[in-house]
Amino acid sequence: MEERYAIPQLQDKTRLIRRHIITMTTAAGSGHPSSSLSAVEILVALYFGGVLRHDPSRPDWPDRDRFILSKGHGCPVLYAVLVERGYFPLEWLFTLRQIGSPLEGHPNMLRVPGLEASTGSLGQGLSIGLGHALAARLDGRDYHVYVLIGDGECDEGQVWEAAMGANKYKVDNLTAIMDYNHYQQTGYVPEVMPLEPLKEKWRAFGWHTIEVDGHDFGALFKAFKEAKATKGQPTVIIAHTVKGKGVSLIEKDRGNKFHGVPLTSEQAEVALKEIEEM
Amino acid sequence: MEFRLGKPTRLAFGEALLETGREDPNIVVVDGDVNNSTRTDLFAKEFPERFFNFGIAESNLVGVASGLAASGKTVFAASFACFIMCNAFDQLRMSVAFPNLNVKVVGSHSGISIGEDGPSQMGIEDVALACALPNFVVLVPADEHETRAATRAMARHLGPAYMRTGRPKFPLIYEKGCHFTIGAANLLRSGDDVTLIANGLMISRALQAAESLVQEGIEARVLDMHTVKPIDRQAVITAARETGAIVTAEEHLAAGGMGSQVARVVAENYPVPVKMVAIEDTYAQSGKPEELLEEYGLTAERIVARAKEALSLKK
Repeated sequence: MEERYAIPQLQDKTRLIRRHIITMTTAAGSGHPSSSLSAVEILVALYFGGVLRHDPSRPDWPDRDRFILSKGHGCPVLYAVLVERGYFPLEWLFTLRQIGSPLEGHPNMLRVPGLEASTGSLGQGLSIGLGHALAARLDGRDYHVYVLIGDGECDEGQVWEAAMGANKYKVDNLTAIMDYNHYQQTGYVPEVMPLEPLKEKWRAFGWHTIEVDGHDFGALFKAFKEAKATKGQPTVIIAHTVKGKGVSLIEKDRGNKFHGVPLTSEQAEVALKEIEEM
Repeated sequence: MEFRLGKPTRLAFGEALLETGREDPNIVVVDGDVNNSTRTDLFAKEFPERFFNFGIAESNLVGVASGLAASGKTVFAASFACFIMCNAFDQLRMSVAFPNLNVKVVGSHSGISIGEDGPSQMGIEDVALACALPNFVVLVPADEHETRAATRAMARHLGPAYMRTGRPKFPLIYEKGCHFTIGAANLLRSGDDVTLIANGLMISRALQAAESLVQEGIEARVLDMHTVKPIDRQAVITAARETGAIVTAEEHLAAGGMGSQVARVVAENYPVPVKMVAIEDTYAQSGKPEELLEEYGLTAERIVARAKEALSLKK
């Protein structure tokens, strides 16, 4: 159930997950590989590092921890992690975005075991997570709820409505992880809509705030531990990440041309080699 | 024909929610700081631990309702009809309708009969919006007794549902403990010359119209179309076939309301003349409820006039 891998093994997993992300989006000919690549370590830590209490053979186990991908366009990373944890067969990955496939362009919880929410309209996942967290309180269960939000997503007022709501009810079984990859659809976050000072903002909304390198397993585990130990208030982990992490073509893409754009077969070939050498 | 006034349907909902909440500990309520208007305050007082006021933040309260429902709760999310349907429409679409979750949305202050507070507070498009959400059931009860029954039916129904309630006292149509089946229109008066299909506050006016029509030798059938979605297709088709003319009446914009749903069933299955009594393409204004209903044509007289128009087109 709670299989815990050592860091070198986790790094192997990140290479595998990144390969899946590139392969499935290039095969699909569309999708958001760059927004998926920035969150790989976060999801690998949760699903393979023993953070999330879950059981792939019982996706509706009432006591499971919940993981909600609020930035739904980043679903390739979640699909890759779920498949590697055995939630569904590997073949599904290569049907991504095709008609009839359960793996749609954005997550549809009714079609994929292990998905906790249907997302894709940004800003809604934190409220949903808050609902799950309050249900735990009502039912006397001790599960924890993790919600991955994007940085651009924090432009949505609903994120801050949810932040206030979680503070009011002192919900401490809710952790938001912000994939702070600094780029949103049309450009650099500070140019599209300035979010800083973020740490102070979350703090002012009553949240315990942790800032980490979102690609550093040591830092992530420490942050998750601290989040779980924090009582009487929710926690946000601001995870600084690199959009397209592991693929130099996307990492260097300062114009963010690769948002929502898959790699060509030739680009994917180069990318897969780079990922092996990570 | 005079009707005794019953309680406001929002109050009947609040009382029924409390009763249902006593029987079913799984029921949870979320509020956008209007519980003393929607009357979920009655539930809140008795079950504070199952009641969450998220402030004036409809988007968040609908999202939270989604999460609570996904973890197994039966969630009632109530606010003004216009605020919950219009402000949180995307959350209702994405977090409730699409994942088909067990959230019961209740919109109070529907229609123009809220009166003096004016158009910013009037839900006149809520039914159209709710009907545009796949998986949703849409209910418009006529009086306090039907509202109670509808609230219970809604709680039992598995899946998303929307019910509208009103602010003023509603004329009494039904007896206490009346029967309510989602999707089954109620026959309130028999007749074979024309069918008046109404819901909500317009039921009393449709019955008054039917009485006036008798004086001209016209026997009108009156149907309570309390469920707008799924609409009772059979009742509509039978009415079209047996009476050959239909008038719809609702306290809602003509666009996308109950009349539109009826017209579609008629057009596709048994075309006969259909005339609608509804709010035409406009916003209302402040005023006394009765004055507003008169001003915007939501009257028995208007239903009579529309019935005659429909009859003149009847083949």
